[in-house]
Amino acid sequence: MAYLTTLLLLAGSGLMLLAAVALVRFPDLYARMQASTKASTLGIVCLALAAALHFGNLAVSARAAAIVIFVFLTAPVAAHVMARAAHIVGVRAWEGTLFDDLRRDSLGAETENPTGEKR
Amino acid sequence: MMSSSATTVVLTIMVLGASLTVWRLVRGPTLSDRVVALDVLAIFVVGAMMTSAIHFDSPVLLQPALALALLAFLGTVAFAQYILKRFYP
Repeated sequence: MAYLTTLLLLAGSGLMLLAAVALVRFPDLYARMQASTKASTLGIVCLALAAALHFGNLAVSARAAAIVIFVFLTAPVAAHVMARAAHIVGVRAWEGTLFDDLRRDSLGAETENPTGEKR
Repeated sequence: MMSSSATTVVLTIMVLGASLTVWRLVRGPTLSDRVVALDVLAIFVVGAMMTSAIHFDSPVLLQPALALALLAFLGTVAFAQYILKRFYP
């Protein structure tokens, strides 16, 4: 049991270190956000599993499960809201980006509704 | 009882990752980069709290981890609304 806990702890911290490295190394905001959100969510899941295994208690396991469910619910929403705000404000994508569907769609909407769409 | 060397290694890795995140927080070219770095930094603190709960063998530390996850989400959404509101005054 202790070996499994150690393995989960190392996996979780490795994934979170990958998130930090992606945050430093990737070329633009959208790539950084995509990589760091997914890796840090999976790291939190590994660490919560390690805590639940280490304590082996129903209350602690319920708390760890609450953290896991909460992070799974909120991290994609936060990343989506942040990416949408950055795209509307006009944060540049990397010059190697092949296509940008949201820009095409919002330009199409802007010709019909020049005052801008929903806030 | 957990051997404390594994949690020490894990906490060291987390400090390393958090310092990389702080580098992006200081140097980020746009405000959105800083907000994303702050979100990842809060997730790092949540993970460090859960690792400390294992390290010190006290499950009480899981409750501020849950509260901090909630506050990080709310902060990111509020910062996104602030960025949009600054753009559409």
